Amino acid sequence: MPTIQFQLNGTAVAVDADPDQTLLDVLRGRLGITGAHFGCGAGECGACHVMVDGRAMASCDMPMWSVADRDVVTLEGLGTVEQPHPLQRAFISEQAMQCGYCVSGILISAAALLKRNPSPTEAEVRAALDRNLCRCGSHNRMVRAVLRAASEMATS
Amino acid sequence: MSAPSPAPKLPVSLVANPRLSSWIKFTGEGRVAISPGKVEIGQGIVTALAQIAADELDVDITRIEMVRASTATSPNEGVTSGSLSIQQSGRALRHVGAEVRQHFLAAASERLGVDASLLVINDGVISGPGNVRTSYWELAHDVLLDDDATAGAKAKSVAKRTVAGHSVQRVDIPDKVFARPRFIHDCVLPGLLHGRVLRPDISGAKLIALDETATRAVPDLVAIVRDGGFAGVVANSEAAAEVALKALRKGVNWSAGEPLPDEDDLAGFLKSQPVETTVINTRTAASTKKAARTLRRQYTRPYIAHASIAPSCAMAQWDGDHVHVWTHSQGIYLLRADLAIVLELPAENIVVEHMEGAGCYGHNAADDVALDAVLLAKAADGRPVRVQWSRHDEMSHAPFGAAMAIEIEADLDADNEIVGWCHEIWSNGHTARPGRAAQPALLAASEIANPYPRMISTNPPAANGGGGDRNSVPLYDLPDWTITSHRLLTMPVRTSALRTLGAQGNVFAIESLLDEIAAVRGEDPIAFRLRHLRDERAKDVIRAAARRAAWKPEKRTSIGHGVAFARYKNTGAYCAAIAEIEGTDDIRVKRLKLAVDVGEAINPDGVINQIEGGAIQAASWVLKERVRFDRTRMTSTSWTDYPILTFSEVPAVDVEIIQRPEIEPVGAGEAAHGPVTAAIANAVYDCLGVRVRDLPITRDKIIAAMELAS
Repeated sequence: MPTIQFQLNGTAVAVDADPDQTLLDVLRGRLGITGAHFGCGAGECGACHVMVDGRAMASCDMPMWSVADRDVVTLEGLGTVEQPHPLQRAFISEQAMQCGYCVSGILISAAALLKRNPSPTEAEVRAALDRNLCRCGSHNRMVRAVLRAASEMATS
Repeated sequence: MSAPSPAPKLPVSLVANPRLSSWIKFTGEGRVAISPGKVEIGQGIVTALAQIAADELDVDITRIEMVRASTATSPNEGVTSGSLSIQQSGRALRHVGAEVRQHFLAAASERLGVDASLLVINDGVISGPGNVRTSYWELAHDVLLDDDATAGAKAKSVAKRTVAGHSVQRVDIPDKVFARPRFIHDCVLPGLLHGRVLRPDISGAKLIALDETATRAVPDLVAIVRDGGFAGVVANSEAAAEVALKALRKGVNWSAGEPLPDEDDLAGFLKSQPVETTVINTRTAASTKKAARTLRRQYTRPYIAHASIAPSCAMAQWDGDHVHVWTHSQGIYLLRADLAIVLELPAENIVVEHMEGAGCYGHNAADDVALDAVLLAKAADGRPVRVQWSRHDEMSHAPFGAAMAIEIEADLDADNEIVGWCHEIWSNGHTARPGRAAQPALLAASEIANPYPRMISTNPPAANGGGGDRNSVPLYDLPDWTITSHRLLTMPVRTSALRTLGAQGNVFAIESLLDEIAAVRGEDPIAFRLRHLRDERAKDVIRAAARRAAWKPEKRTSIGHGVAFARYKNTGAYCAAIAEIEGTDDIRVKRLKLAVDVGEAINPDGVINQIEGGAIQAASWVLKERVRFDRTRMTSTSWTDYPILTFSEVPAVDVEIIQRPEIEPVGAGEAAHGPVTAAIANAVYDCLGVRVRDLPITRDKIIAAMELAS
């Protein structure tokens, strides 16, 4: 099996992996990274979103060969309790979830949005999250949380 | 001498689990362990229960540790369903908290030599005049909570509560934003193996023959498990288990299946099956007014999927003839009872422990996958096995919410006032949960070598809110009615409990027809409803929603407004909804305004969250959702084929709570679905002038209704 190297949450990693194995499988099964969740395995629900070179992408159907030399960020790399990302703080402030299973992917999509568009409109936030499904109906709280984080980042 | 007043009653959960120490323990350094039998399913219940306990014990909520339910240690509170957790677990904890507090005050009084009435408790520290003090934790060795709850304990008065009634942040949310494993899916046990189960695409097909040769060659395979028609694989990794399952699928021979109904004529199917008929309720008018005309309408809803974002998952580990199961089931004791039947083991040999899953919204495959894990783990030599279903399995083998056909005949007099009302329901039963029958309800139990017949869904009794008949008895003061429920005795499409059971369908039907009659009369639909209600709490939520929506907004082209109301189960939360929609032949729900009364709202933001979520989920059901199948198999097995509302499509939702702290709290999770469904349908009429009576309300259905009307 070839060795595939990439950046994971700011650290260089090298994994011996079948190039066709999915990134999600390697993250969860080999590297103990559980922030990205399995939802559908077909890139349709967003629960497994990770940032790849700054863009939110489904990791459940992303083959390892395509990850080589790229920069991958999962929810674990977004922030910590001591140094939370503004989005993490905002999701707590807005109590922006019910079950929270989809939230890891949504935080990643939102973080990617704020990187390329630091002051999005509500419609832009919704459009950016359209590839993430939430079944509990917490959408509006999440949108409010993203807007809150954006305004916090703008004033800090 | 006056007769003795009747003995005060214990809450139901305490009658079943009276021992105080099974609910509350003072542990370690200043911690309090609270053990409810209800489980977190994303509804925020553990936070609300922590609030109640913090209040009664006078401890800071951060000291409270909520223990995950397990059959090894937790009180048996049945199933976490039906919006009953606050009613059952909350009342029990409030009572236990009050009684435990009394025990400790008595012990402190003895130790400190101060009358108990002079003692106060502040964050667990018990103090009195002269600066004497002790604490729960100092006294914990002396105060054994091994006695049973008595009916005498009196909880704090409303005015003295400082935590319950306030919006406290949920205790589980930080873990979820900081990627600290909390879901069963993210739990890794030492030596964990991974399993997958082989299931047919063809509905009702059975495994006839299996060639295992290719599968045996899969690297990292641990075992192939075969028990009659049940077959699966165990491997060292999830990836290897997937490869092995794929190989196994190539070697399988399935029998022909069982035919499925015509998905485009569900009413025809439901009405042509053998049924068990129950008259749910009748009311006879004192004086019979003559009917001048009769409106006869049929309403239908399709099968609806739970469609949890996470596929169902479980882990199991055998030790001799004992097995430990980790599950996101809503009923750990009930699951254990079914496992005991299938495994032919005493229940004591089985420990079922809850771990959080994604929202399930009713009985999905959570219980099924637990038996899958138990059966596969038999081949794992004492190592734990984790099984996770595929999205495809979740959308084809898990139970669905039952399709319904509802017919209402309303007799109107010469003034178009209602003088007779006949409501008939045809539907499969709305529950086939485990642990309630002599036979197991778990999927694999119908596949193993000595299979159990597949359980046909039944309905809970009317006293528990009913099933297909839930909310079918009008809360309105109509003079005369007959409510009849026909439960199907066949079940080609597997059904079980989905959020609200039959209430969504029945409220849709009742509230649609009332709206139609109000329109026939030329009467405002809110005035019409208020005129037929006697219950002031019902009227209050309708008036509150009307106020919030500035009812009735001026008529504008392509915009419509609709109202609806229900009290969930006729005994639970009151909810009124007003929908604003926009559309011509396709519609968009722009805004939902709701007012709700749950009695005492323990965590107001939690109640709002539940109502918002319920409203959005209901809008998704109404606008998009329908389980699809052809005559042989389920076809809506992906998110592409079973779309739900997306971020860009969800309406704005505005919720007002009418706080009634003096009234016992009830759950909020299922209150919004019925009213929101009917409010959208009524708004479609207001906007487009057509009544769509067949859910979901899609572009095609609107066009069909327009053609019918023209």
